[in-house]
Amino acid sequence: MTMTEQASGAHPQPRPRSGGHQSAPEHVTGAQSLIRSLEEVGADTVFGIPGGAILPAYDPLMDSTRVRHVLVRHEQGAGHAATGYAQATGRVGVCMATSGPGATNLVTPIADAHMDSVALVAITGQVASKAIGTDAFQEADIVGITMPITKHNFLVTKAEDIPRVIAQAFHIASTGRPGPVLVDIAKDALQAKTTFSWPPVMDLPGYRPVTKPHAKQIREAAKLITAAKRPVLYVGGGVLKAHATAELKVLAELTGAPVTTTLMALGAFPDSHELHVGMPGMHGAVTAVTALQKADLIVALGARFDDRVTGRLDSFAPFAKIVHADIDPAEIGKNRAADVPIVGDAREVIADLVQAVQKEHSDGHTGDYSAWWKDLNRWRETYPLGYEQPDNGSLSPQQVIERVGQLAPEGTIFAAGVGQHQMWAAHYIQYEKPATWLNSGGAGTMGYAVPAAMGAKAGAPDRTVWAIDGDGCFQMTNQELTTCALNNIPIKVAIINNGALGMVRQWQTLFYNQRYSNTVLHSGPEADGKQPSAGTRIPDFVKLSEAMGCYAIRCESPDDLDKVIEEANSINDRPVVIDFIVHEDAMVWPMVAAGTSNDEVMFARDVRPDFGDNEDD
Amino acid sequence: MSKHTLSVLVENKPGVLARITALFSRRGFNIDSLAVGVTEHPDISRITIVVNVIEALPLEQVTKQLNKLVNVLKIVELEAGSAVQRELVLVKVRADNETRSQIVEIVQLFRAKTVDVSPEAVTVEATGSSDKLSAMLKMLEPYGIKELVQSGTIAIGRGARSITDRSLRALDRSA
Repeated sequence: MTMTEQASGAHPQPRPRSGGHQSAPEHVTGAQSLIRSLEEVGADTVFGIPGGAILPAYDPLMDSTRVRHVLVRHEQGAGHAATGYAQATGRVGVCMATSGPGATNLVTPIADAHMDSVALVAITGQVASKAIGTDAFQEADIVGITMPITKHNFLVTKAEDIPRVIAQAFHIASTGRPGPVLVDIAKDALQAKTTFSWPPVMDLPGYRPVTKPHAKQIREAAKLITAAKRPVLYVGGGVLKAHATAELKVLAELTGAPVTTTLMALGAFPDSHELHVGMPGMHGAVTAVTALQKADLIVALGARFDDRVTGRLDSFAPFAKIVHADIDPAEIGKNRAADVPIVGDAREVIADLVQAVQKEHSDGHTGDYSAWWKDLNRWRETYPLGYEQPDNGSLSPQQVIERVGQLAPEGTIFAAGVGQHQMWAAHYIQYEKPATWLNSGGAGTMGYAVPAAMGAKAGAPDRTVWAIDGDGCFQMTNQELTTCALNNIPIKVAIINNGALGMVRQWQTLFYNQRYSNTVLHSGPEADGKQPSAGTRIPDFVKLSEAMGCYAIRCESPDDLDKVIEEANSINDRPVVIDFIVHEDAMVWPMVAAGTSNDEVMFARDVRPDFGDNEDD
Repeated sequence: MSKHTLSVLVENKPGVLARITALFSRRGFNIDSLAVGVTEHPDISRITIVVNVIEALPLEQVTKQLNKLVNVLKIVELEAGSAVQRELVLVKVRADNETRSQIVEIVQLFRAKTVDVSPEAVTVEATGSSDKLSAMLKMLEPYGIKELVQSGTIAIGRGARSITDRSLRALDRSA
């Protein structure tokens, strides 16, 4: 088996080597030492906004030829851009902000990166060390604030500590289970004179991530896989983070077991592959949801049994034994007890599993899943993903997203916001390769799409980047289109504009007697409260986008759909925004209602799939 | 509900205690008692935490989450049978010429010490297991307890083996 790298630029961030040559000490300020450290650690792009406490760092940053700074319009945009950059490139994303409100504006993207295990380093200025604790101007205890939402964080008050802390921050962010690390640097540490030499000696005695899986556990897992009748490979974001997609394909094809990729793992296994049964979870494909429910073995690879996947935990996959492989030991057994726990890097785990399964095969133990596939294929045929065209001639949001996907050039990266459009983008765009799908899975951060797409495009300028956004999400972070226009970051944005907070509205339709409390965006509160009175065009997204330096058009009819998408794809000298006015009553199906069992998955409204349960034993 | 005593070796750095106690509260665990101090190695602090858990599973979850904290070097659960556990209590008991000698007698029975005497009160220092201390306090209660201060439990495993050995080696390697 060949172990080829997956995505371009999928190499881990260069890190200080313990045995390498020590550079001669340079006499610098703390601020220069910070920029030199960023250069040495390989950070080529930083998203940020200057302010009082971080100001010293911005002076040497201006002279750096190796670190590009992108001046964003809001610190939240800097954080999500760094996340998008990290997920598109496989490198560490970096954002920078000043103390106080600059730093607290980073809280949402840091929490977002924490939930989705994204390697992120946030650098914040802090008031001078003597002023810490005095409620000084623009002082906020950002280390205290971000303690629960970072993998680790540091407060630096001495200039000589800067290189070591930056090296450690990048090391912690990018190794083991990736995550955000915040480095808060007091202003006087940035101003002080110090010496810089590289690499620094790291001092992390308590940080030892386990990557090599235990051989005995691997053998146990292989035995279960070959003995199972109804196995499922339940693939999570960890497989993408470990660059293990080539190994996954080998394992899947070797075993012949069905594969389901979570929202965080779209692209880890080709959607078009015959072994792929779709996405699991609350809005998962009926086949994927049901495969997990009826499985006798679930092999979880870099997945964490999130509540959006399991539904009601006590009725999730009642017949399944669990093999749970994760690099984070705390995930194993957290929600669902594991029969075979495996701690390790997904790539090493899967590579070892391949060998162990091959050995089982050569010993004559091959799994027979033919009856299982008969069931799976029947469900696939009976309950495919699909949608109905609105009968009033308006645009169907699903079709818009499907066509954006189909007309996109090869290698396009899609970034979604959060809500209905996110689920439709998960369903109706085909993901064949890793690092083609960015979204806010764990935190569910509305407003993620535009800045994340910006970060992805900055990191992968040769690839087309489409943001699939909702009109609610777009109004949270669209100001970063100005950043894109001024910094030659030509992303494309499809606003799926239904005039409402669509997912919330869908829940109001289904569970709150169609009482649409505060989900209508196009009109004020005097609307009758039952129908969003679409069409006020407030705000006018075309004018708004034009004002920010974008090419912008509106599309309201299915007849124009392909034309506008192709036009958008042909423009590469500035950002493009298409305001798709879509049917407001479209809903996301299938759906498992919150708090219910995955056995209650609904294929469409009031339509529960018939699995022939009565015929089963 | 069961009580578990965890010995947590951590880097002796600012903010580490906050990281640990915040983790307990955000993961929904109740700390019964807490004691912190440096060890024989000045770069290592030892935190003894007594935690109340409902079943065995959540304890495993809290130790795993603790292990993920970058400043945590090692976690050992000390079982009651194979460890020595001690608390310290200082208690100010109302005493006059009539009751003072009775109080001193109780203090001697529990091998405690009187550390301060005044015309109206006796201050007693006692160490021991929490059972022993609560028995003593029960005896002193009728005389009138004016003030009481109690330390968190500290604990150490019996026998020659030390839980700090290997952590110290890890620290030396990184230095």
